[in-house]
Amino acid sequence: MSALRFHNVTVRLGGRDILSAASFGVEEGEFIGVLGANGAGKTTLMRAALGLVPVASGAISVFDRPVTRGNAAIGYVPQVRGTIAGLRLTGWDVVASAAIGGRFGFVTLDKATRREIDWALDEVGARDFARRSIGELSGGERQRVLLSQALIGRPRLLLLDEPLISLDPAHQKSVVETARGICRDLKVTILFSAHELNPLVNAIDRVLYLGGGEAVIGAVDDVVNGPVLSRLYGAPIEVVRIKDRYFVMAGDVDVERDAHRHDDHVHSHSHDHNDAHA
Amino acid sequence: MLEYDFMRTAFAASGMAAILAGTVGFFLVLRGQTFAGHALSHVGFTGATGAILFGLSPLAGLVGFTFVSGIGMGLFGEKLAERDVAIGMMLSLALGLGLLFLHFYTTGATQAAALLFGNVLGVDNSALTTLALLSIGSLVALAYIARPLIFASLQPDLAEARGVPIRFVSVGFLAIVGIAVAECAQIVGVLLVFTLMVGPAAAAQNFSRRLIGGVLLAGGLALAEAWGGLTLAYYTDWPTSFWITALSGLVYFASLAVRFRAR
Repeated sequence: MSALRFHNVTVRLGGRDILSAASFGVEEGEFIGVLGANGAGKTTLMRAALGLVPVASGAISVFDRPVTRGNAAIGYVPQVRGTIAGLRLTGWDVVASAAIGGRFGFVTLDKATRREIDWALDEVGARDFARRSIGELSGGERQRVLLSQALIGRPRLLLLDEPLISLDPAHQKSVVETARGICRDLKVTILFSAHELNPLVNAIDRVLYLGGGEAVIGAVDDVVNGPVLSRLYGAPIEVVRIKDRYFVMAGDVDVERDAHRHDDHVHSHSHDHNDAHA
Repeated sequence: MLEYDFMRTAFAASGMAAILAGTVGFFLVLRGQTFAGHALSHVGFTGATGAILFGLSPLAGLVGFTFVSGIGMGLFGEKLAERDVAIGMMLSLALGLGLLFLHFYTTGATQAAALLFGNVLGVDNSALTTLALLSIGSLVALAYIARPLIFASLQPDLAEARGVPIRFVSVGFLAIVGIAVAECAQIVGVLLVFTLMVGPAAAAQNFSRRLIGGVLLAGGLALAEAWGGLTLAYYTDWPTSFWITALSGLVYFASLAVRFRAR
């Protein structure tokens, strides 16, 4: 069974085709790195799988079923916004608020839910620091707390949107390893989007590269090479590989690094917070 | 002091308004919507002066206007930048209209001062009943939407993905804010609503890292400040609203000191 399948999917936002007739399939249990330039559709792809973005044509299936909003089979970690990084609440309370946040009425935390929260925090190794203010955690610790909430309800597919943004290399490594461990231990399929391939390259099974509305999935060397990326970027691209580090170059510009710099600017608010606690 | 009937009424009225304001205010601060609360109080001024002009009860005008405006504000949408400007415009427009109504209602100088700065000693028994019913109704409604509201406030993207009806929750919440503002305005006046709605709530978030504890603390602080203000006013004969703002400011700045010392 495939965990996620896009069949000729076109998604149009603001008059622009973010995805045009994109097709790919992710098998159960895979750890997929989702790459592509800014605006290539990494977030849109995830939101489409969650049923938050309408599909103009084509079909998406999640575990062979059509997309539904609020699908319990999917755990989602959206990109971090500035607001959460400034909070004084404990990480535990933030996770708890998500765990029972879908229910109206006079809801209190029962024992089973408390245990589930502690279990999820243990899975990402965040039980200790979840007692602290989420705003006072380092970027990597915060990201692991946020990751734990996606595990509650035991989803079979995790969509992680840019969890590495504005983290330093050591924290990037801890987040990637945590995700890899979840994939292995809980048999969960993971889509992990990032600006750069290098922090992920040793952890992922395959890479899903987006560009020009297209999506190409495959082993790293089959996708991250000059001919394929030149087609996706619509410009001549060279890939330089040094040991297991990849540099995607357009002329003399490192495309992935520049994309990241651009994003630092866009997310400057959350970035500031992370810097302060890194 | 409690042997006087008007003091007992004042304690009851300010207590109910304060608990509601502190609790609702906690969520207002959590959501970063304190400006909306401020603007709603100005709209309430228009409603109250309009009601006086047309011979209706000012409390009815106050509640009606803030409630409907809260819903309208919620429907404006989620984009913060747009919302701030829209709310600011509504605020000016509302105060302008209120001024016009006062202009036509020429004998209203004391009435205007009561609206702007509150007159807790002037609450009568029928108003007290209305305040009690509104408080209970609002707190029940708030408790009912509390969980989705907290989730949507902390992590809107995730809440949306999990199927939380974001729009319904935010409109419902601002309707409750409208009622809390109206109650609060009855005690400390439309210009000083911030002092009971935002002061205790912001202080509670500085004192506490917990969610439920923070909500209860916000309500408790608001109650203590309202009753403390009333007591001080009784013994000094200075205005109640002054004492409430003084206590609220004191507690808030103390909470800032605690927060930054803890770092």
